[in-house]
Amino acid sequence: MSDDKRLMKGNEAIGEAAIRAGCDAYFGYPITPQNELTAYMARYMLDSGRVFIQAESETAAMSMVYGASAAGGRAMTSSSSPGISLKQEGISYASGADVPCVVVNVQRAGPGLGGISPSQGDYFQATRGGGHGDYYNIVLAPKSVQEAADLTYEAFDLAEKWRTPVIVLADGLIGQMMEGVVLPPARDAGKRPDRPWAAGGRAETARSGSMRPINHICSMILDPPALEASVRARYERYARIEKELGRFESVNVDKARLVFVAYGTCARVCLGAIQLAKKEGLELGMVRPITLWPFPSAEIARVAQAGKRFLAVEMSMGQMVQDVRLAAEGKAKVDFFGRCGGVVPSEEEVLDYAKKLLAGAAGA
Amino acid sequence: MEKLYGHPKSLVDVQSKYCPGCGHGVIHRLIAEAIDEMGVQDRTIFMNPVGCSIWADLYFDCDSVQVPHGRTPAGATGVKRMRPDHLVVCYQGDGDLAAIGTAEIVHAANRGEKFTVVFVNNAIYGMTGGQMAPTTLVGQKATTAPHGRDPDVAGMGYPIRVVEMLATLAGTRYLARGSVDTPANVRKTKQYIKKAFEAQMRGVGFTMVEVLSPCPTNWQMSPTEAVDWLKGNMIPYYGLGEIKNELDGAAVAAPAAEKRGAA
Repeated sequence: MSDDKRLMKGNEAIGEAAIRAGCDAYFGYPITPQNELTAYMARYMLDSGRVFIQAESETAAMSMVYGASAAGGRAMTSSSSPGISLKQEGISYASGADVPCVVVNVQRAGPGLGGISPSQGDYFQATRGGGHGDYYNIVLAPKSVQEAADLTYEAFDLAEKWRTPVIVLADGLIGQMMEGVVLPPARDAGKRPDRPWAAGGRAETARSGSMRPINHICSMILDPPALEASVRARYERYARIEKELGRFESVNVDKARLVFVAYGTCARVCLGAIQLAKKEGLELGMVRPITLWPFPSAEIARVAQAGKRFLAVEMSMGQMVQDVRLAAEGKAKVDFFGRCGGVVPSEEEVLDYAKKLLAGAAGA
Repeated sequence: MEKLYGHPKSLVDVQSKYCPGCGHGVIHRLIAEAIDEMGVQDRTIFMNPVGCSIWADLYFDCDSVQVPHGRTPAGATGVKRMRPDHLVVCYQGDGDLAAIGTAEIVHAANRGEKFTVVFVNNAIYGMTGGQMAPTTLVGQKATTAPHGRDPDVAGMGYPIRVVEMLATLAGTRYLARGSVDTPANVRKTKQYIKKAFEAQMRGVGFTMVEVLSPCPTNWQMSPTEAVDWLKGNMIPYYGLGEIKNELDGAAVAAPAAEKRGAA
């Protein structure tokens, strides 16, 4: 199965990877530019006897995910930016009740209805919790169809391991483009981790002679000290996630006079700019965060200590750049170049801006 | 000696937080009795609502899942689809089901989701302190309808007859409305609930029992006055009976609905 290579759209590869990861239940609502994903799940989930529902709304779809996961299933939903805003209610509840799930956001430009072209404008929403209350979600940022498949596949395991929603933060370009993808093997459903905390299935445990205590899947704790203790315990888990999970890719950092920080589609653009620069004899590099939460702050700090300067490149007005600045702690110059509204920056304009910075003709 | 009547096994033996004269305790008991009689306690998942009955997970001795306000039918859809052999009980109030969760109840019913909703209609928001509900009667006072519900000048709309509305949907199989104002109506309500639960376990479509229930605290009445008010005002508008019963295949559509006079 591991040599199972196909030419697929990012949206379809995400769907196939989810199915192979053992997704039991998918709930979605149509929105561009992720419609191929919902259609893929409709066809292949139903054909394999799994649960697919086109929900009445994004809000409802997210609560269906919450219910299916609470009852022991591997559950997923997908949407694009305006729809993800609607899902924040359920994501906050799932975070507060420690219910694992996978949420795919194929980002489009906002705010409001915005446009349907690619964007990275939901970085704040994804990495700062997004809904109400104190919480974080694991956020994975694929830069290719291959990585979209790989990270979606892994997202189900991470969600279960850490008992938290996992956001796959793609964008309209990753979702819509076609690339070759080597698909992961189908997961053996029998080898999944147990979910002793889930609702349902007490009858089976009763038959085995040891009735387990009842399980309440709930985010409500009305006693303030008790709620505080529960949130603090979750934050201890977040600290372990930050320690174990921060992931990034480094490109030519040691030689570089300027280091891009970019994820997803923008990382592809920066890679092109690095190659163009090399032809001109200019060494540029990149730190590409693969996990946006936890952010690879230690790597940014290390590169800052080494005396490099950064240029964050985003399809937004500057969101991730704040994390770069926080991680650099004033020890390195951090500049920003961004396009928004659904415009994907070109390699040339990114390179031009980098050259201007190095010549002292732009930036802070 | 055989014990014929006692505390239901599926209800934890604790004192409830509900106000004197509140209907939730009685309705909880009816649900627990039905679960006990069917022997499905260890296969029951209770969908815990938002509202006064958010305490239900303290009282029902079974697994529970608590979802956002109004989303109970969506959450239950996920639960039941993953656990089709379990009894999934949604417990919702009128604000939860008929205001913030209208889309969820309509579409779960229309899909014919195979769970049961127990819909407690007390014509008021309880936990938040007596605001107007979608089921508040015309003229009935609430903190957000201080001069009484006024559909015309203040544009407050009309009380929604949810069961009748859902009866038009092909996915619904059993829709009944009971009341807990008299022992006779309590017994009938129990029959409706058990019938719905048994239908669910047979895997037929969507089942729901609405229960008219007093809220003396927010109606600002004594418990006995509240029961009288329910009888004199709610029952004439929200007619009792099996509004739709297609459990035996043949459609037995809503004669009760036609008999009922408008308020």
